Amino acid sequence: MIKVENLTKRYAGQPAIQDLNFEVGQGEIMGFLGPNGAGKTTTMRILSSFMPPTSGRATVAGFDVFEQSLQSRAHLGYMPENVPLYNDMRVTEYLDYRAALKAVPHRRIAERVGDVKELCGLKEVEKKVIGTLSKGYRQRVGLADALLHEPDLLILDEPTIGLDPNQIRQVRELIKNLGKQHTILLSTHILPEVEMTCSRVIIIHKGRIEACDTPENLLGKIRQAGGVVLEAKVGVDNGGEELKKISGVRDVTVDADGDWKIFSLRVESGTDVREEIFRLAIDRHWTVRELTQRRATLEDVFVELTHPDVV
Amino acid sequence: MRKFYTLLSREVRSYFHSPIAYIVLIFFLIISGIDFYFQVSFMNQRQVQYTVQEAFFNSVFFWFAFVLIFPLITMRLFAEEFKLGTIEPLMTAPVRDGHVVLSKFFGALVFYLVLWIPTLLYFAIFLKVTHQPAAHSAGAYFGSYLMLLLLGMFYLSIGCLTSVLTNNQIIAAIISFCAITLLFFLGLVQFILLDVSSATRDLLGYFSAIEHMGTFSRHSNPANGGYDQWLKR
Ligand SMILES: Nc1ncnc2c1ncn2[C@@H]1O[C@H](COP(=O)(O)OP(=O)(O)OP(=O)(O)O)[C@@H](O)[C@H]1O
Ligand SMILES: [Mg+2]
Repeated sequence: MIKVENLTKRYAGQPAIQDLNFEVGQGEIMGFLGPNGAGKTTTMRILSSFMPPTSGRATVAGFDVFEQSLQSRAHLGYMPENVPLYNDMRVTEYLDYRAALKAVPHRRIAERVGDVKELCGLKEVEKKVIGTLSKGYRQRVGLADALLHEPDLLILDEPTIGLDPNQIRQVRELIKNLGKQHTILLSTHILPEVEMTCSRVIIIHKGRIEACDTPENLLGKIRQAGGVVLEAKVGVDNGGEELKKISGVRDVTVDADGDWKIFSLRVESGTDVREEIFRLAIDRHWTVRELTQRRATLEDVFVELTHPDVV
Repeated sequence: MRKFYTLLSREVRSYFHSPIAYIVLIFFLIISGIDFYFQVSFMNQRQVQYTVQEAFFNSVFFWFAFVLIFPLITMRLFAEEFKLGTIEPLMTAPVRDGHVVLSKFFGALVFYLVLWIPTLLYFAIFLKVTHQPAAHSAGAYFGSYLMLLLLGMFYLSIGCLTSVLTNNQIIAAIISFCAITLLFFLGLVQFILLDVSSATRDLLGYFSAIEHMGTFSRHSNPANGGYDQWLKR
């Protein structure tokens, strides 16, 4: 659905993205992750034909985004970052206008506009002037707009930013459902969102792709697979020294909570040291009140790939 | 083509959604009303060689209002879209660049023409009250309004251009105001630069809208006689 080859964009000589190569297949929900200024919006703007790349090529539904931009734009629904809207128009009026602009057949406009209002929960504000809407509702108008012409591809730049928790859930559900018929490329800073909704993830940093894989594979690849937390009364023992001797444990940090000590263990990926710890605790007559394994999250992957020095 | 009409109708509607439109309308009505009133009362006091219609389109009031309205009409066209970021959803919809530009231009033109409609009333009322026509012939009216249309299109296009250059409406307005004023008054330079050749003067005069406004609105212009012939047919 999307094919990107050696895509580069420079602003006044400063590269915003460099040599991007990726593909998004039909029906995929692709997550686009990266820290601020990584080049997500830049990439999406090029894909939606808002601006030309400095070099490289991108196609949407087989149409070049620069040379055949009318066709490629007809195939995609784009929701820009911060959702700019005409503040002087009413919600229904705006959606009618956008539908006509996107060549929805005349007799189907009322039906389509009704459908997207239903889908995005805009019924109660349909007569309001857009300038008076709250941020969350503006967001929904932007999403409704992107869906109007039933595009094959949706490009959503931070669709859940500024929404309340209930609304975020609804939008996630909506995106998942849309993913059944549409191909979606969405950027976000909310990592659990990506794990929940996306079938594949691109992590971009300083304009370059650092990783492109399924969320599961990314978690498997990460060096720092996770850790184990142990809370115990260790009596006269040091605790940390003994735990370090267990094979697979890389290092241990200790916190105290009254008599209790809280050990955070970092372990090598693919090893489970909880059984060993249990035996050790019995041997040493430690009293244990918690022994849990903390799974690596996409957040760890993200931090590791985009901030190598922090780890 | 349907997309063009969609764009155009939004442009026209957005004029009447904005307070600027009403301010410009009221400002223009006041100035042109004062202009008309003064011309008529001036003529009541003394014998003159010209008609109300000629005087109306060639007065200082008229020039003043005329150069001021274009920046006010056009400054928001693109600058506002850039500022609000609405240019992004607009240009990522499957529309042609040309349609967007033309819709903005013609939207401004529609508003500009609406401004002139009340002035037709002035002449109609004048005829009704005084039982005298305000101009020598239909051709003089035709010439004047044709000139307004053509000059209007020219200056509106300058305004569109300056609005694309910046995302700040005020800057767009100032640049177009300077450009339009310069072009409009260029002909007056011939009264200041006395020692330039007559060819240079003619050239400067040719660029000046004041000169054209004068010729198009005067009955004595043979072209207007031509309009009369053409209108009679
Ligand atoms: N119009 C512009 N002119 C100059 N530089 C720009 C412009 N737009 C973006 N940049 C630069 O390009 C880089 C990438 O910006 P981009 O907006 O694509 O980041 P992003 O990944 O969307 O960030 P965020 O998460 O904050 O939205 C940044 O360094 C930014 O400063
Ligand atoms: Mg961004």
